Amino acid sequence: MITLNVNGKPQAVDADPATPLLYVLTDHLQLNGAKYGCGLGQCGSCTVLLDGEPVFSCVVPISILQGRKITTLEGLGTPDNPGPVQRAFIAEQAAQCGFCIPGMIVRAQALLERNPSPTPQEIRSHMSPNLCRCGTHMRILRAVERAAREMKGAK
Amino acid sequence: MRIMSSERSFRFSGIFINPARLQNVARFWIVLAALVVAACAAQQALAPVEPPAAASFDRALVAKGAELAALGNCATCHTAPGGKPYAGGRALKTPFGTLYGTNITPDETGIGGWSEAAFRRAMREGLDREGRHLYPAFPYEYYTKLADDDIRALYAYLMTREPVRAQNRPHALRFPFNLRGLLGTWKALYFRPDARKSAPANRGAYLAEGLAHCGACHTPRSALGAELKDRPFAGGEAEGWHAPALNESNPAPVPWSAAQLFTYLRTGIEAQHAIAAGPMEPVVRNLARVSEDDVRALADYFAALLPPGPRPRPEAKPDSGGPGAAIYAGACGVCHDRGRDVTSGSGLQLALASAVTVPTSRNLLRITLEGIAPPPGEPGRSMPGFAQALTDAQVKTLMHYSRSRFGGGLPPWNDVDEALREAREGK
Repeated sequence: MITLNVNGKPQAVDADPATPLLYVLTDHLQLNGAKYGCGLGQCGSCTVLLDGEPVFSCVVPISILQGRKITTLEGLGTPDNPGPVQRAFIAEQAAQCGFCIPGMIVRAQALLERNPSPTPQEIRSHMSPNLCRCGTHMRILRAVERAAREMKGAK
Repeated sequence: MRIMSSERSFRFSGIFINPARLQNVARFWIVLAALVVAACAAQQALAPVEPPAAASFDRALVAKGAELAALGNCATCHTAPGGKPYAGGRALKTPFGTLYGTNITPDETGIGGWSEAAFRRAMREGLDREGRHLYPAFPYEYYTKLADDDIRALYAYLMTREPVRAQNRPHALRFPFNLRGLLGTWKALYFRPDARKSAPANRGAYLAEGLAHCGACHTPRSALGAELKDRPFAGGEAEGWHAPALNESNPAPVPWSAAQLFTYLRTGIEAQHAIAAGPMEPVVRNLARVSEDDVRALADYFAALLPPGPRPRPEAKPDSGGPGAAIYAGACGVCHDRGRDVTSGSGLQLALASAVTVPTSRNLLRITLEGIAPPPGEPGRSMPGFAQALTDAQVKTLMHYSRSRFGGGLPPWNDVDEALREAREGK
């Protein structure tokens, strides 16, 4: 048994220590926000936060997560009460098929927590590890800019 | 200071110096003393010129210069990340402090006022137009071997670039290395200018030992930054990375063939050995743009120096279990044990990887932490970095596990702690 701290809650998980976190999130904890895209740490659709930093959960074995804080898309808000980054993505309709969007939102969250006023170039550079095959990048960038504005306004 | 006969080495300021160079060290201090007394005798300045008009250069010559500049990897040190090409400002970390690449665009803040004679003198003798010594991070030890025609082509290429107004950033070197005048002494000890007029027939040797300055990283250096000429290509250092040996001591489990070297130098991906990373990444990016014949010439040159083999191919040890195995399986094996070749989207098999078989953990450690990423907007293979995911203890466990399981019986690394500290501190 390994105990993981997911979205502020301790979760005891019975899985092989080498199991990538993504499989435990979806198969054991029914947290289906993070998506399986490539399974190779190349696309970013499985992005979660580890102590506030974005990581690819498909290449993070649960054995290394003892005592670490994991935040998934579900930790940022709910369908009824979405968080500020989620609201901004909805407002900008920043999705075509939507598969990459959970990873995009989580990665954007990490940036805005660290840097509330990123420049457009900083947003591009920070978001670059995450891929979108539909080509909604321009809307995604607008959503991140909107989230930055609204999060600052709320403070 | 005391002689440690059992180790046949000489301890000085915490650095071991081979007794064969003891004489040079003594000579250094004598000349240094003389130099301090005499103050720094500057060399003659060459008169500034009006920047020649771009149209005054022959287009074929400029095109030739472009290829030569790629072979010389000039843009890498002379361009800041995200900056204008050749406008300088890139930090180059050395054991002596940080140097900043200079502006070599034809602006007055760059080399706009340099005549071809001044440019040739810089390349051949390591002096700027004003006659000041240049730091040998600018590899004039190699460029001194360039033929006149090639220097002329490089000059034509640089003088037809977009002029960029950008003052050179002062170097941040430790005392006494910040005293530029002392370079006169360094040169007297270690620098042998060449003055060949035309390129020799052996193209591979001409490029490798000249313009491409391969030994600047792949040849070991003394504590004073002088290349150990008796150990050419025996493995050196570049910006915190180990530059593997390119001679018979290269530890690759599968001997490099000329064809494999060509593939590696041309594409940066070679399934039996490595994916180019660290300071080698821009080198292969440049070599993708030059003539195929020149890359073949380099490959043939090094194939003749590397061990011919055959060398027994190490079998990956079976999984020994434990914490290292779990980290490896969940973080690395998902790509590296895909059972496919690296050219079809899988990770390199670690039992073949140069980073695992070289004598230091630094390369595997840097790749693990930083990953491999092409520059923004450029195509290229990428591997995610694990700097955020893994704690220091987990990184160390993974390094020792990888060496033991995939190192083909090579001795364990004893530099993991130090290399990790340096990598985390960004040294």
